[in-house]
Amino acid sequence: MLSYVLRRLATAIPTLFVIITISFFLMRVAPGGPFNLERPLEAKVMENLNRIYHLNEPLWRQYLLYLSNLLHGDLGPSFVYRDFSVGDLFAAGLPVSIQLGASALTLALIIGTVLGSIAALKQNSTIDYLVVGVATFGITIPPFVIAPVLSLIFGVSLGWLPAGGWGNGALPNKILPIVTLALPQIAIVARLIRGAMIEALRSDHVRTVRAYGLPTRVVVMVHALRAAILPVVSYLGPAAAALLTGSIVVETIFGIPGVGRYFVQAALNRDYTLVMGTVVVVSIFVVVFNMIVDLVYAWLDPRVRYD
Amino acid sequence: MSITEEPITLDEPTISGRSLWQDALVRLRRNKAAMTSLFILVVMAVASLVGPLVWPHPYDRVYSEYVRVPASLEAYPHEERIVPEMERSLSRARVDVASVEVEGDKVRAEITDDDEVDPRITRYVDRSDLFSNAKIAETSADGRSAVLEADVARLYFIAGTDGNGRDLLARIFMAIRISLAIGLLATVVALMIGVAYGATAGYLGGRVDNVMMRLVDVLYSLPFIFFVILLVVFFGRNFVLMFIAVGAIEWLDMARIVRGQTLSLKRREFVEAAEALGVSNAGIVRRHIIPNVLGPVAVYMTLLVPKVILLESFLSFLGLGVQEPLTSLGVLISEGAKNMQGASWLLLYPSIALALILFSLNFIGDGLRDALDPKDR
Amino acid sequence: MRRLLSRFVLGAAAVALMAASASAEVTYTRGNDADPETLDQHKTSTISEANVLRDLYEGLVVYSSSAKVVPGVAESWETSDDGLTWTFHLRDDAKWSNGEPLTAEDFVFSYQRIINPETGAKYANILYPIKNAEAANSGKVPPEEIGVKALDEHTLQFTLENQTPYFLELLTHQTSLPVYPPAVKEFGTDFVQPENMVSNGAYTLQEFTPNSRIVLVKNKNFHDADNVSIDKVIYIPFEDRSACLRRFEAGEVQSCSDIPTEQMKYVKDTLGDEVHIVPYLGNYYYAVKADKEKLSDVRVRQALSMAIDREFIADEIWAGAMLPAYSLVPPGIGNYGEPAYADYKDMDPLDREDKAIELLEEAGYSKDNPLSVEIRYNTGENHQNTATAIADMWKNIGVKTTFVTADGATHYAYLRDKGDFDIARAGWIGDYSDPQNFLFLVESNNPGFNYANYDNPEYDALMEKAEETSDLDERAEVLKQAETIFMRDLPFIPILYYSSLSLVSDKLQGWEDNLVNVHGTRWMSLEQ
Repeated sequence: MLSYVLRRLATAIPTLFVIITISFFLMRVAPGGPFNLERPLEAKVMENLNRIYHLNEPLWRQYLLYLSNLLHGDLGPSFVYRDFSVGDLFAAGLPVSIQLGASALTLALIIGTVLGSIAALKQNSTIDYLVVGVATFGITIPPFVIAPVLSLIFGVSLGWLPAGGWGNGALPNKILPIVTLALPQIAIVARLIRGAMIEALRSDHVRTVRAYGLPTRVVVMVHALRAAILPVVSYLGPAAAALLTGSIVVETIFGIPGVGRYFVQAALNRDYTLVMGTVVVVSIFVVVFNMIVDLVYAWLDPRVRYD
Repeated sequence: MSITEEPITLDEPTISGRSLWQDALVRLRRNKAAMTSLFILVVMAVASLVGPLVWPHPYDRVYSEYVRVPASLEAYPHEERIVPEMERSLSRARVDVASVEVEGDKVRAEITDDDEVDPRITRYVDRSDLFSNAKIAETSADGRSAVLEADVARLYFIAGTDGNGRDLLARIFMAIRISLAIGLLATVVALMIGVAYGATAGYLGGRVDNVMMRLVDVLYSLPFIFFVILLVVFFGRNFVLMFIAVGAIEWLDMARIVRGQTLSLKRREFVEAAEALGVSNAGIVRRHIIPNVLGPVAVYMTLLVPKVILLESFLSFLGLGVQEPLTSLGVLISEGAKNMQGASWLLLYPSIALALILFSLNFIGDGLRDALDPKDR
Repeated sequence: MRRLLSRFVLGAAAVALMAASASAEVTYTRGNDADPETLDQHKTSTISEANVLRDLYEGLVVYSSSAKVVPGVAESWETSDDGLTWTFHLRDDAKWSNGEPLTAEDFVFSYQRIINPETGAKYANILYPIKNAEAANSGKVPPEEIGVKALDEHTLQFTLENQTPYFLELLTHQTSLPVYPPAVKEFGTDFVQPENMVSNGAYTLQEFTPNSRIVLVKNKNFHDADNVSIDKVIYIPFEDRSACLRRFEAGEVQSCSDIPTEQMKYVKDTLGDEVHIVPYLGNYYYAVKADKEKLSDVRVRQALSMAIDREFIADEIWAGAMLPAYSLVPPGIGNYGEPAYADYKDMDPLDREDKAIELLEEAGYSKDNPLSVEIRYNTGENHQNTATAIADMWKNIGVKTTFVTADGATHYAYLRDKGDFDIARAGWIGDYSDPQNFLFLVESNNPGFNYANYDNPEYDALMEKAEETSDLDERAEVLKQAETIFMRDLPFIPILYYSSLSLVSDKLQGWEDNLVNVHGTRWMSLEQ
């Protein structure tokens, strides 16, 4: 186990290096730069800026400079948010994003598992179709529609919750964003659980347990669910990454100071250092999270072995 | 644990004469929800192909007098608009209007001018989307006053019009066509690569698995936006590129899920039995692994289609997606979301179209899953 | 990281403080276009930054609530006869927020800092009228040699390169706001952090959380503090204009700096008087590659321009959020009279179409040999709908249109790098209220802005002549001649004048609509 983790971490370093290298050059080949704005800059001003940010140097030197800074833990200054370093921006935004994402994922796991299990137990009944229907609905409506609708209903019309804003993380401000983020995930978890649960309930070992006369509740909770949760676990890796990188819509609509917007805005603004920051963060996240998922997987299913 | 059910797959090609796929087809036909959904989907696809041919409004025709008019089963124009619009058209032609009367589908306007009335002024009336067949019916002796008659053009916008004055239903037809193509094709591409890749990595395991999955990590972490921008810059706007762009990222999640499933499948008795019988690796992956992972795959596929359809609108934003005046459901819905408070029909109808497609795909997906489930035979 | 921590601690302390004195305090929550890229006045370039900085700092002269130039730190000023020397007398009670006196030397320090190439000021070029500023910004002479001198503690003197009739307007720009030299020297670029910043305006900075909010509190040391009625301003960035609208409707913000044009009709119907649509100093235009063969014929460009029904675009596509433009310089601008409008401004659209078809035929295009053009535009807002509408209008005169879209950075980089195009969308918002700020766009020696590659010596000569003309009326006349040539040659096809769109709560008093869309919080009050 420990040696597996160590080996995985050892392969993570070359992986990160490859990601950073490809991203750096991919980004720099794209047209436009951080100072190509709707209002063009005076040539001399542009020259000064390029010099200050080392953009006038050969690309390979910029790359080496970036690598050496990175090794010292310095992600560089942001090109667009000039009062902040990229490190500052992530230090401020990541806790917010992780908090929201984790809450949404937890909510989705609990509700999705319950709904999915119920649907599986009552396969092809009205309840089953209802759950599948609601789940489909949840995936169909994109967050950029759900978020403003929720804000209009609960913020503007009913006035129960703030229509937007972070309010330094006050609970009422968090409810709508978490719900918006969780809705599609609930739908997916419920559907994955339902499918896997149907199979699990038919499997020999659950049948055997049933035959022993254990109560249905125990059978479902302990034995079937343990098998049914497997596809959900492998989905968790992508889901967590999606919650981190894909929360831009929720962030802009509710005005939340997370990092999701950087994944799109930084690229569109050609904020090179911030783009690289997002790449570094996401790749660490992907590598670590996938390793955790693999470990959980092996723990849930003893048949799985990594050697 | 027993091995009662699984080995069936081993000998199926020989005796029964029905392959796995034929068998699945039979069972799929018996699934009512799936067949109804398939029917709806086919109807929508056909409507999107035939609809534009029979529907009176072309998808790119601009009705400048009808910008953002609400969906209505009644014909436009509404009565109260006819007289002012006629007066406006005639004032553009610089003649004085004495009176305007509406009788059923006809309008009569008495006009005077300082000079002789120029018969060509009818084109000012005809230009309006409200009128057609304008003609000078009577002219006074001195030619300075006349009566102009025109038909009121009755137009139906049962789903309303968009911000440019184009019929929304005609645009939805076009959008379904494009979105279905993108959604299905890109999903199939992602599905095939993802399933094959994931199953291979999971089955072979060990070092190969490690390398293959690190490659997935790498691709996952690259800034997708730049990838798209570069595609546009180097190859221009191209429909095929869109599938490449979408396919290139969407198979990653699929691969990961399939690999996870495979890891647990490969220690199962029927796989080990096949190994013992000397079936090749490729054969095992194809015959035993893939059919058994189709459950989660079918579920995940139904999630992928909406993702792809909506992703397309973002690609359009970056200049890669469909080009105006063509459109897609993703573009229509994101445009509709912006109009939510003022012109809700712009959001409502494309959303209904998308929901219908997705519901149908969901049930078809579930039906396929059940039909292909090796344990269900 | 430590910086960040202290910012949060400070924020927490502020919350505690706020709770204590909540009853008496007047808080104005103000929607802003976006987050400032920086609060360093010398690095700024955007309007959302200007809004915040205007509340934090006071320049020599400031805009009043109706956007008149009125005394700020300077009480009075005079100009030499040749118009090249400007002397400003600073008020005796001008202070920094820490109570230290504000001196002419502080201004000298500030101007030298912005013009120093190492600062990387995006808008340094706006100060090039100051003697040696351009040379200093290019590193040819040291920043100490620019034409800004402190004659004594309270007297500041500028020497200019040329007559600059809009010099006072220039000084209202955020680039002319002073920085507190000790803070800059001690903290370097971090002087903008809330715990380090010392300002001289009506407010001081309390908190800056990116993508969330900026909190300003009243500056007790401000010389006019007695007349500042709002105690606290919270700026909220809104990238999504609909989000601001919703929060405005929910009563969470008292003003929005933009309105979603798609929903304009709904907004007007529901919010009535709270909707402010005001002409603005900006032009939305299509640049035409004037040196490209098929577009080099003036008649072609004229025909394309004539066929555009600008009233339709303004009223229907933009729902009245823009105004039809028939000139480059927007009407109402300072130091100018009526702009040189196109002669077809009042012609009927159908007659214009006929004329356009005629012109195209003269230029050799017909049904059998139609002109086809490509419009490039950046995605976002209403650019797509506008291009679609224009293509439809051009179809009426037999012109075929295709589109190329790209994201903003790609689009502008393409224009800047002189990529090949037929017609490209662009826009310009004036930095100061003077026609020169629009007409200089197509000078032949201005490649960065002159997307059309327009090169007309006659035009350049007129612009040069205007620069040397001191009499304002005469100068206006010369500039108008230049604009007449512009409208004849049409390197850019003006389509719309921008309007500034704001939502302003009935409770907010003192918001006066004006052409430059400047609304300092110090002039406003809020009913609770």
